[in-house]
Amino acid sequence: MKSSSMNPKYASIDHPAPARSIYFEGARLIDPRSGIDQAAGLLIRDGLISVNPQQIPEGTDRFDLRGHWITPGWFDLHVHLREPGREVAETIVSGCHAAMAGGFTGVACMPNTDPPLDNAGLVGWVRDQAKGLPIDVHVIAAATRERKGKELVDMSELVEAGVRAFTDDGSPIRSSAVLRHAMEYANMLGARIFEHAEDSELVQGGAMNESEWSTSLGLPGMPAIGETIDVVRCILISEYTGAAIHLCHVSTKESVHWIREAKRRGIRVTAEVCPHHLLLNDSACKEFDTNFKMNPPLRAEADRLACIEGFRDGTLDVYCTDHAPHPWESKAQEFDVAPFGVVGLETAMGIALTHFVPTMMDLNTLLERVVYAPRAILAQPVPSLVSGAPANLTLIDPDATMTVDPATFRSRSRNTAFAGWPLKGKAMGVVNRGLAYIA
Amino acid sequence: MSLLSHKHMLGLRDYSEQDITIILDTAERMREILDRPVKKVPTLRGVTVVNLFFESSTRTRTSFELAEKRLSADTLNFSASGSAVEKGETLLDTARNIEAMRIDVVVMRHKSPGSPHFLARHLDSIIVNAGDGRHEHPTQALLDMLTLREKFGTLKGLRVCLVGDILHSRVAMSNIVGLKTMGANVVLCGPATLIPRGIERFGVEITHSLDDAIQHCDALNILRIQLERQQSGLFPSLREYQKYFGLTRERLDKAPNPLTVLHPGPINRGVEITSDVADGEHSVILRQVTNGVAVRMAVLYLLAGGRAEPESK
Repeated sequence: MKSSSMNPKYASIDHPAPARSIYFEGARLIDPRSGIDQAAGLLIRDGLISVNPQQIPEGTDRFDLRGHWITPGWFDLHVHLREPGREVAETIVSGCHAAMAGGFTGVACMPNTDPPLDNAGLVGWVRDQAKGLPIDVHVIAAATRERKGKELVDMSELVEAGVRAFTDDGSPIRSSAVLRHAMEYANMLGARIFEHAEDSELVQGGAMNESEWSTSLGLPGMPAIGETIDVVRCILISEYTGAAIHLCHVSTKESVHWIREAKRRGIRVTAEVCPHHLLLNDSACKEFDTNFKMNPPLRAEADRLACIEGFRDGTLDVYCTDHAPHPWESKAQEFDVAPFGVVGLETAMGIALTHFVPTMMDLNTLLERVVYAPRAILAQPVPSLVSGAPANLTLIDPDATMTVDPATFRSRSRNTAFAGWPLKGKAMGVVNRGLAYIA
Repeated sequence: MSLLSHKHMLGLRDYSEQDITIILDTAERMREILDRPVKKVPTLRGVTVVNLFFESSTRTRTSFELAEKRLSADTLNFSASGSAVEKGETLLDTARNIEAMRIDVVVMRHKSPGSPHFLARHLDSIIVNAGDGRHEHPTQALLDMLTLREKFGTLKGLRVCLVGDILHSRVAMSNIVGLKTMGANVVLCGPATLIPRGIERFGVEITHSLDDAIQHCDALNILRIQLERQQSGLFPSLREYQKYFGLTRERLDKAPNPLTVLHPGPINRGVEITSDVADGEHSVILRQVTNGVAVRMAVLYLLAGGRAEPESK
């Protein structure tokens, strides 16, 4: 990418610049919902878009983006920002920097912090931290007080504070009665419950998928039905109550099957899938490398293939990372002792453009999973590339090649499952909230 | 340089038939040393071995320590109780500190599967797995194989039945892998709740009837039942377990051919095996213990002893 009046202020991820007047020249603008796929000039002035503008104001920063793509801003529906409580792993600001580097303009953060995000005060505080960055931080609040699974949080007050979804992610809501009531109450407010689908007793003590690999490695297993049983429970409660349910990080063949069937029957279920479940199976654990320890765990090859099929056909609505930072010393432990989780914000785009587009799905379908569906689930306005719309966009160099090097991550943590992977396609910047970061 | 194709002994999964044969052949020569009036050779003089035991173990630890002393290695014992581990030190820090003392070989017992692999990635020392959780216990399987080979002349074509808690047994996994590599047939016998998922992929037969297994096998390797498994609901009662899966004289007498009985110890007498069988003429349990020292001498010699031949008789 060449800048005809190179402005170094845009090159600093730590100091995104006010996007008062920028002109991107010759990029391919791609916004399938608006029916746009064309090479054009795009002017951003006072935070608003103008496609093929008649005039470019004096003093505008100009960037030659021929060969690059501009899409509406990508959104990660499932990240862990760790703050408050585990700032050594990540902070809201470092997580947002990782999101910017990965090409996301919005993230939804999970409430399993310490203390958990279960009240309006904390939710507002989290949002405030990201001020000054081009990242929309949506808080998925805890569904129950302190995530203990007993009493509902003050949902109405939280919805007034802008919350659109609730979850006890990290754990399921174990009581079916509490889950039912949470779904009904959230539904009344136009919000929905996100469920970490898991039967806690079936997976208790497990460190990886239960399979011939867990047997071979002597590691306690987490059976696939430990997830699917809860998926089916959620679907049944959703059907009974009419309330929507969103299923987090789906990983099993049977889960995909039951979600597809539920959608066919008109039940209000949505679901998400993560890159690691689409690209890796449980054999990755064979060297006891804790960068392959996550929850839900990497499953069998048949599960992986079913997730791909579900991702392709829309059974799994959303592509998200479950970005779960842990400091190296936590992961540098025995496999059964180390915590679950991998980071994903900075590799998700390269993974998608290298491995999914166009062999598995076209770019428009990917954008459906990473731009539109996540915001629809949170009842958020969808960004577009139409003149007059607020600038909320992602710049992509589809031909850039990189080798995943955790040392370069903006996240405070390095626990990736994709270290050393060659990827083609990279985020070159984001514009949102009147701010721009351009690499 | 090691005579084996591996630097470490992390498990038997990656060991070839040739590697295992070299170990068993070497162990036979080591066993001769144990029968001498002066049971000591200078083979590992100058080599320092630390026995890093994060779990209590009498038999394995003593056996390794004796093997090290028979080979004239300098030995250092470390146990988790009373150590920095109890103060919250990580495995990695513990290991690094020990290595900073210039250790050559680490013999490690740990409750976490894969912990020796973890050490092997972080240390330069030779790592010998002395049991990692429910994963592997390679030297135990090797001593079982040595004992069986001594009895039958070969392992090829032998039918060996492992009886009991396969799910939690590191002995079982190493035996399955090792015996299959050496051409033996392996049968697993135990309650369905103690047979791990996907185990059939390892080419084993599975039965839930000990009486059936006895009809078709040459040897029974009886695994210890950990009493806490009953509390976790994996089988209804010790009484029921003993009735259906306990090896008794009456049951053994129904075998068409004399069976060889092994047990890795320690024994729960009257639960998985009765005393008259454990101490009877079919039992090779004490021979296993002797062979254990020989096998561990062989492994240490082959990994750390270079190309020098052990002193012959």
